[in-house]
Amino acid sequence: MTGAGPPGSRPSGSRPPGRGGTPGGGLVVRVERQEAATPGLQVTVLVLSLLAGMLAVGVLFAARGINPLYALWKIIGGSFFSLYGLTETLTKAIPLILIGAGLTLAFRARFWNIGAESQLLVGAIFATWVGLQWGTRLPPAAMIPLMFLAGFLGGALWGVIPAVLKVRFGVNEVISTLMLNYVAAELVTLLVVGPWKGATQQGFPYTDDLPASAVLPLIGATRIHYPTLIVALAAALLLFALVYSTRFGYELRVAGENPDAARYAGIDFLRTTLILMVLSGGLAGVAGAGEIAGNHHHLTYPAVISAGYGFTGIIVAWLAKLNPAASILSAFFFAGILVGGDAIQISLGLPAATVHVFNGVLLFFLIMGDYFVVNRLRLVRRGGA
Amino acid sequence: MVGICKSFQAVRANHDVSLRVDSGEILGLLGENGAGKTTLMNILYGLISPDQGEIRINGESVALGSPREAIARGIGMVHQHFMLVQNHTVAENVVLGLREAPFLGATRWVGERLEEFGRLYGLKVDPRRRIWQLSAGEQQRVEIVRALLQGADLLILDEPTSVLTPQESQELFAILRRMAAEGHTIIFISHKLEEIMAVCERVLVLRKGALAGAARTDQIDKAELARLMVGREIIFRLERERLERGERVLEVRDLTVAGDRGQTAVKGVSFEVHRHEILGIAGVSGNGQRELVEALTGLRRAVSGTVAIRGREITNASARVISASGVSHVPEERIRFGVVPNLLVFENAVLKQHSRKIFSRVLFLNVPRIRSHAQGIVDGFNVSVPSLDTPVKNLSGGNIQKLILGREITGEPDLLVAAHPTYGLDVGATEYIRKELLERRRQGMAVLLVSEDLEEILELADRIAVIYEGELMGILPAAAAAGEAQPGASQADLEAIGLMMAGSRPGGVRP
Repeated sequence: MTGAGPPGSRPSGSRPPGRGGTPGGGLVVRVERQEAATPGLQVTVLVLSLLAGMLAVGVLFAARGINPLYALWKIIGGSFFSLYGLTETLTKAIPLILIGAGLTLAFRARFWNIGAESQLLVGAIFATWVGLQWGTRLPPAAMIPLMFLAGFLGGALWGVIPAVLKVRFGVNEVISTLMLNYVAAELVTLLVVGPWKGATQQGFPYTDDLPASAVLPLIGATRIHYPTLIVALAAALLLFALVYSTRFGYELRVAGENPDAARYAGIDFLRTTLILMVLSGGLAGVAGAGEIAGNHHHLTYPAVISAGYGFTGIIVAWLAKLNPAASILSAFFFAGILVGGDAIQISLGLPAATVHVFNGVLLFFLIMGDYFVVNRLRLVRRGGA
Repeated sequence: MVGICKSFQAVRANHDVSLRVDSGEILGLLGENGAGKTTLMNILYGLISPDQGEIRINGESVALGSPREAIARGIGMVHQHFMLVQNHTVAENVVLGLREAPFLGATRWVGERLEEFGRLYGLKVDPRRRIWQLSAGEQQRVEIVRALLQGADLLILDEPTSVLTPQESQELFAILRRMAAEGHTIIFISHKLEEIMAVCERVLVLRKGALAGAARTDQIDKAELARLMVGREIIFRLERERLERGERVLEVRDLTVAGDRGQTAVKGVSFEVHRHEILGIAGVSGNGQRELVEALTGLRRAVSGTVAIRGREITNASARVISASGVSHVPEERIRFGVVPNLLVFENAVLKQHSRKIFSRVLFLNVPRIRSHAQGIVDGFNVSVPSLDTPVKNLSGGNIQKLILGREITGEPDLLVAAHPTYGLDVGATEYIRKELLERRRQGMAVLLVSEDLEEILELADRIAVIYEGELMGILPAAAAAGEAQPGASQADLEAIGLMMAGSRPGGVRP
């Protein structure tokens, strides 16, 4: 690929082309395709992107009269360098691992699932229903798997809708998944203020609390509901194996990388898309079940159930370079930022949205960083062929 | 243009081409696909910059860094694929990018200009209609009008008739003649001999990126032009032994296939391919070859007709079923269809065969076996790769093609459909792949070879079918096997095929 400088940057004089080195030609930056990006370069770009993102966020802090280094220390120190912070970070990492790992699958096939948030919520609805329905009759050993299964089913069902819409009717999945987020959120609100409003909750918009056998055990005095954590870690590792060593994973990668070759190889798009959205949506649903059974113990307002995990999961998947196993690490990192965000809200009096700005800016820089992995910048003399 | 050279990596698209065009002249640029016509004109239009050479306009040497600069110097280009906004009106499309258009009332202003052009050249279009409502011919007129309004004195038309009906083509020719009479200069790119003869005063012939000849159209005949276009010398470098053809493998009856735009791309063709035989399908690209191949391999549905492999009908079966019935496919556009560039060599070595029992258990891929299979292809077909874990995008075109060919052949299919298997490859890789095809023929494979390269078809095929506008113009037996080749005889063949490729039915020769 040949690239040119910005249009009109070259003088349209009477100099013959092909003699780029003639004196008087200034230097211009030229963009070229990178032949092969080494892993070293990829890691360097990743780290530099994160640093650049933090720098940009630092400017925002400075604009509010806060020392950026101090704010950054508050975020990192509050989430990774205190025992309480660390347990909170782990707690928040649980849904992020599940969602992030699931999204790596969807994004690999170029299915832009922006609806993990709603898949989480529908999973939460299903799990709550199962918990309230059977929790008094079944022992925990049966209840806990059953609730995860219900959550998976709910998320999968909600995830399959945009998949069918896309493959059968060509509906853009970005729009459909995004809009289904609103539908699911309103559905949850409707349930908790309406038919499912708990008789024992004194008029609060909650369902009744789950019976004891439907509540997940925690590690000591923390909020870490370890059954979900185990499920999440196992799911991420299983998805890793799925992507790299199964037939389905192979077809998924072919379909995502080169749809024409997938057609040539006789790969069934509907089947591939359905399976991947069952998995991606289902895992978000499991995250929803975990939040209900491990944290809240009843269904409540959507914004309380999920701190935007479905959206943060997008960044988690991206930072993991669409590698399901790596999403464990990136989920931990972003969980830390969520916790740190809470910390600076209190200690620095910043608005709650600060952490979203932080995340958004980081994603922005991560995506920009990819440009430098794919392309290479070179300084050349003006008009060089 | 003087001494223009341009290479894309190892492929020489233009080599030392010089071209002169006088004002008020219609110059034809003739050549097969891949001969470098479009590259040359893209250089003139500022889309790509040449490696060497010089462009002079009215004697002044210029550097054209972008189309904007070319337009400023009065050069306009109408591409083969129109660059129009489908949902906008004609007027809106024409105004786009025009500095002179008034800010308000642009539609009326364009309307007046259009009326003027209609009077002058017969370029009639309704400015209020939307692009998608227009026929291809009308859309082309919009493109021409736009170029003229941008001040083009020199207009480049890239394969302008490829999307037109014969009637529309005639109308276009009339418009072009009137434009030339008014002093406009036109460069007309085509691979169709008749058109060049009909509309141009002078013609330049490009072959393999270099100038093969130049003539005034009133001083040359079609046969001579055909010979210049496809190359004078046919050298039989490969041993093609005489073989009795075996049982019938592929039988195609009255196959009709629709193209992307709903037009009938393949019109009721019938042919067969036997074991120990290579059937060559010759023709200028865009005459239905792609649709034919896609219908045979399950990538496109046939409208009517039947396709059978060894007596079993597979018409409109899925790509996977057809592949399982013993049909392999080396696709044209190898990067687009044949491989997944970001996946690794060993992963690409089983594309399409990955679901076969030997490569996958119930759920999991058998990676060790896939790797050893890939190693076998790499060794057996001289694919030069740093390792099996290299992304395929880092391989050269020739190595990618060897990998694909190896993959498609090692399954020992009954039929190999090879579309343009050596297109864009260097000499070494080309020879290698041709030898492999002959070797498979010897072993009993039936091969359907689709190629624009007549030399290749003559070198490899036992019988040659010529396709033109979706119809088979005839099936000729190849002149002679190696050793018996007489220069005179093959020359005659070449001419006959060249003419058939340009749409003339053969006189005495019948299948």
